[in-house]
Amino acid sequence: MNWELMWDSLPKLLGGVPLTLQLTGLSLAVGVLIAAVAAAARLSDNLLFRSAAWSYVFIFRGTPLLVQIFLIYYGLGQFDAVRQSFLWPVLREAYWCAVLALALNTGAYASEIFRGAVLSVPHGQVEAARACGMSRWLAFRRIVAPQALRQALPAYGNEVVLMVKASSLASTVTLLEITGVARRLISQTYAVFEIFIVAGLIYLALNTLAAVAVRWCEKRLATA
Amino acid sequence: MLELLAFGPAGWGDEMLRGAATTIAVAVAAFSLGLIFGSLGAWAKLSANRPAVWAAEIYTTVARGVPELLVIYLLFFGGGAAATAFGRLFGYDGFVEIDAFTIGAIAVGLISGAYSTEVIRGAARAVPKGQLEAARACGMSPLLAFRRVMVPQTLRYALPGLGNVWQLTLKDTALVSVTALAEIMRMANVAANSTRQPFIFYMAAMLLYLALSTGSSFLFERAERRSLRGVRRAAA
Repeated sequence: MNWELMWDSLPKLLGGVPLTLQLTGLSLAVGVLIAAVAAAARLSDNLLFRSAAWSYVFIFRGTPLLVQIFLIYYGLGQFDAVRQSFLWPVLREAYWCAVLALALNTGAYASEIFRGAVLSVPHGQVEAARACGMSRWLAFRRIVAPQALRQALPAYGNEVVLMVKASSLASTVTLLEITGVARRLISQTYAVFEIFIVAGLIYLALNTLAAVAVRWCEKRLATA
Repeated sequence: MLELLAFGPAGWGDEMLRGAATTIAVAVAAFSLGLIFGSLGAWAKLSANRPAVWAAEIYTTVARGVPELLVIYLLFFGGGAAATAFGRLFGYDGFVEIDAFTIGAIAVGLISGAYSTEVIRGAARAVPKGQLEAARACGMSPLLAFRRVMVPQTLRYALPGLGNVWQLTLKDTALVSVTALAEIMRMANVAANSTRQPFIFYMAAMLLYLALSTGSSFLFERAERRSLRGVRRAAA
């Protein structure tokens, strides 16, 4: 075990942390919006919305994230229509392709979490709220949403940890986040175990922080 | 564009299908390895032996908290060196080389095993303790009670969770393509690079994975139904 090398690799690997956090944070933020829309569509009475959301969830949960990233980054770029469109400045960048793929991926998983959470609120409560004269939207905001949020939080915490790990796939499209830096250091130094241990510890620290943050939110939202 | 997916020397259809066969082989090998690791891990976590509990805890924390890709890099770049060092312990001086299939199966198997550990542990704890005591009271040896009472019920409780682990494992095998093992993703990469038509090949890869995950979830559902035959439900 080469301690000196481990110590030297630490700042280099830590240099990848901001990118990992950016990829994770941005895709989680966009993913929540996608998930909310998809969950609403799956719970709606409209057959078209329902089946569109079902297909989206089915495809993105049933295939590896790596395929999704490659399809967006390499696949879309081959079409002239895409290259000429206003989206090209975004889809040209590996960074935005990775964010897009990660967001679509987490959106599919999170939409199932949200849907389950909304369904877990007893229907009688909604009926009671409606009987009190609340509009459907008001009943959702005051009765369903707060309880669903509490219900969804533990599962969503797992999803956050999964996304920290999933952001490592951005290294396959040239981005130098923690895993990308680790891969490069390994091929420069051949100190596989040392680099793995340092990079692994950074990831474990990030995941522990995320888990603690989610648990703090859970505690704040818990019924007294 | 679709003629690119034709069979024979002109198209890549047969290559992609062969990739799918390799994907299935890696996934089955990794999942089976994972079941072994998972059973050992669950057994260690439920044991009264402190070091065993700690070892299993460290294993599941690391394998579930570190990105899959990093684990694959560790074994891909470090597996040969580790095996060589291991061989030296037994007086073998040559370099031990491990092929990409074995590396992929072990790497994904280690990750799969960490998730299986939790599933199997939960299932084993769901078996009422009184049943084991009753089996012992009937005169069964600990091993016989384990085999007849513990294992069948643990398996039944674990099946739905193991189905989820299988889906994770199947998708994780895509990452093994970084070791150039000729599974679906690797074949898609090669085809995309040589034809410069990435979209169709990644699309084909996506559909293959979708078919595999849908087909296998159907199989798991059937297995689950079969495992529940003769079990009375509270409702209905």
